[in-house]
Amino acid sequence: MAYDKFSKITSPAVPLPVENVDTDQIIPARYLKAVERKGFGDNLFRDWRYNKDGTPKTDFPLNNSSYSGKVLVAGKNFGSGSSREHAIWALYDYGFRVVVSSFFADIFRNNALNNGLLPVIVSPEFLEKIFQEIEKNPAAQFEANLENQTFTILKTGESETFEINPYKKHCLKNGLDDIDYLVALKEEITAFEEGK
Amino acid sequence: MEANTLFDKIWDAHAVKQVEGGPAVLYIDRHLIHEVTSPVAFLGLKTRGLKVFRPDQTTATPDHNVPTENQHLTIMDELSRHQVDMLKRNCEEHNIKYHDLQSDGHGIVHIIGPELGLTQPGLTIVCGDSHTSTHGAFGAIAFGIGTSEVEMVLASQCIMQPKPKKMRITVNGELKKGVTAKDIALYIISQISTSGGTGHFIEYAGQAITSLSMEGRMTLCNLSIESGARGGMIAPDETTINYVKGRQYAPKGADWEKAVSAWKELKSDEEAVFDTEYTFDAADIEPMITYGTNPGMGIGITQNIPKVNGMSGSDKSTFLKSLQYMGYTEGDSMIGKQVDYVFVGSCTNGRIEDFRAFAGFVKGKEKAPGVTAWLVPGSQKVEKQIRNEGLDKILEAAGFQLRQPGCSACLAMNEDKIPDGKYAVSTSNRNFEGRQGPGARTMLASPLTAAAAAITGTITDPRDMM
Repeated sequence: MAYDKFSKITSPAVPLPVENVDTDQIIPARYLKAVERKGFGDNLFRDWRYNKDGTPKTDFPLNNSSYSGKVLVAGKNFGSGSSREHAIWALYDYGFRVVVSSFFADIFRNNALNNGLLPVIVSPEFLEKIFQEIEKNPAAQFEANLENQTFTILKTGESETFEINPYKKHCLKNGLDDIDYLVALKEEITAFEEGK
Repeated sequence: MEANTLFDKIWDAHAVKQVEGGPAVLYIDRHLIHEVTSPVAFLGLKTRGLKVFRPDQTTATPDHNVPTENQHLTIMDELSRHQVDMLKRNCEEHNIKYHDLQSDGHGIVHIIGPELGLTQPGLTIVCGDSHTSTHGAFGAIAFGIGTSEVEMVLASQCIMQPKPKKMRITVNGELKKGVTAKDIALYIISQISTSGGTGHFIEYAGQAITSLSMEGRMTLCNLSIESGARGGMIAPDETTINYVKGRQYAPKGADWEKAVSAWKELKSDEEAVFDTEYTFDAADIEPMITYGTNPGMGIGITQNIPKVNGMSGSDKSTFLKSLQYMGYTEGDSMIGKQVDYVFVGSCTNGRIEDFRAFAGFVKGKEKAPGVTAWLVPGSQKVEKQIRNEGLDKILEAAGFQLRQPGCSACLAMNEDKIPDGKYAVSTSNRNFEGRQGPGARTMLASPLTAAAAAITGTITDPRDMM
C-alpha cells in the first residue's frame, strides 16, 4: 500500500490517556463496509467522538481545538482486538503519522508498520511525562526521528530511543512495502515449494 | 540435537528465508478470506498488475456482515451486499474456491476450515481475522493478519513475520461439572490479562486440555488472541486425527497413512524451553462471566466484581470507566443481574457441541419472557446437524428459534445489534464497548451459562440447574 516516506516528524500531539484502546473503539465494525481504502478518518473513534445524534462530544480530545498534530499519544495496550487494518487506515487518513504508547498489540503494530504509521514504544514513565507536557501546553512540540530512533519532548530536550527492526525501518524510510520484496522472491518461493 | 517446541518445528519447516535484521519469509499453506478484509487486498493486486500466485491454497466465504435471516433473498443493506458481491467477483476472476451463502460449505471461516478438512496438523494457516488462532487446535500455526498481509499471501503465498516468543500454559487435573473450554479460556485471560500473551505464541498442555474435544480445543485456541497472543496451539493426538479423518480435503489412502505418521511426531520435545510458562489447576476454575469491557475482566460466576480499593493510577481509571459503561457497582455479585439478550454463536462457540450443550440444558424448560435469544449456527453443516439430531425441536419447544449462519451479533456488522444500554450474555469473544451494537453491554460466558440466563432472565449459575 502506498504511503509517504517517513524520516522525521515535528508536531504537537493529541493525548488519549486511556488504556486498552481496542480496534472496535478506533473504528467500529459497522464502518468496515467500504471496499476501498478511503474516508475512514471520518469515523475514527466514532463512538467516543460523536453523540448518537452525530454531534461531536466536546470532552473527546479529537474535538478539542487546542489539540492538533500528527502524533497520537495513548495509554498502554493500544490496538488490541481485531486484525482490521481499517484501524490504521482511519488513523492515517485522519492525519496521524505516529502513535506513541508504552505497549502495543502485536497485529496492530504489524499493520501500522505496513502502512507508514510509526508505532513508538516508550517507557511508562516517559509516556507519563509526555502526557504531562501536553497538559501543561497543548501546543508543545514533539519530534519523532526514525533515523535516530528517538522520540523527544522538544521543550525540555528529554528523549527516549525506541526499537524498530532494521528491515522495517528501511521500508518506512523509503515508502516500500513487503509485497515488492516478496514478488521479487518468487523463484525462491517456488523452489521452496518443490523441496517441501 | 537441539530440543524444539511444536511451534519451532512447524515454523522452521515453513521459513523460506530469514531477512537479515528483519522478519522471516514464512510460507503459508492455507489462506482463508472473507468479504471485509479482502477487497482492498484484491484492489492492491489489480493496481500492481499481479495475479493470485497459488489460487488453490485460498478459500473464501462471506460471513462478517451477512444477514442471519432470509439468506435466500438479496441482501438488503447496500454496502454489505456490495462487499459480498465483490468477494464473489474477485474469487471468480482469480479462480478461488468460494462458498456462497446457503451452499453446503458456507459458514464462519473458522468453522468451515476445520469442517472441510482444510485445517490439518503441521500447517501454516492465516486469515484477515484475529480469531484465525482457532485452527491452532489441530497443532497448526494459525494467526490473524492485516489486509496488507492478505495481499502478500495472494501475491506470493508468503508473509513477512518476526518469530514470536513461546509460551506454554499447562492446565492440570480434571474440569469440574458445568465447566467448559470457554471457562478455561476466560479464566486464563483473567489471570494473565489481555496483554499477557502479547509477543508470544501459546502452546496449551495438561490433562484438562488433552481431555477436551476438538470443539472445545477450538474454543480455547480461538480465545488466545484475547490474551494478546498471536495464536495458541495444541499438539495433535488421536482426538485430532479422528476429527480430520474422512473430511473433504483430508488426505486419502496412502497419503492419509503418511500424514498420520508425520502428525504423530508433532509435539514439543521434552527438553524444549519456553520463554514463558504458566501452570493452572482445573479444580480452581468455575463457570466464568465477564463484568467489564475487555475479556480479561472475568470472574467465577459465584464471585463478586472486584473492589477499586487497592487499585491505583491507570488500572483504577480503566476499571471505573468499564463499570460505568456496564452500569455495575464494585463489589457486587453478578448472580441475579438482569439479562435482556442471549447470543449463542460465533467462531468461539458456534459449533455443534455448543448447541448440544445449550439444547441439553434448556430441554423441558422455558425461555424467560423478557429475554430475546439469538441462536446462530456457525455454518450450514452445524445447522444441518442441529436438525439431524432433533435439537431444533428441543429448542423450539423451549421457545427458541434458530437463525442462519454468520458472524452475527459477535461484531454486529449486520442487523443483529444489541440495542443501546441492553444487557447481553454472549458466547462470543469480545465485550468491548459497543462491540455488539452502540451502547450494548456484553457479558461473555459459555453456552451453558448463556442457557441458564436465557431460562431465568438473570445471571444464574448453570450448576444450580443441572
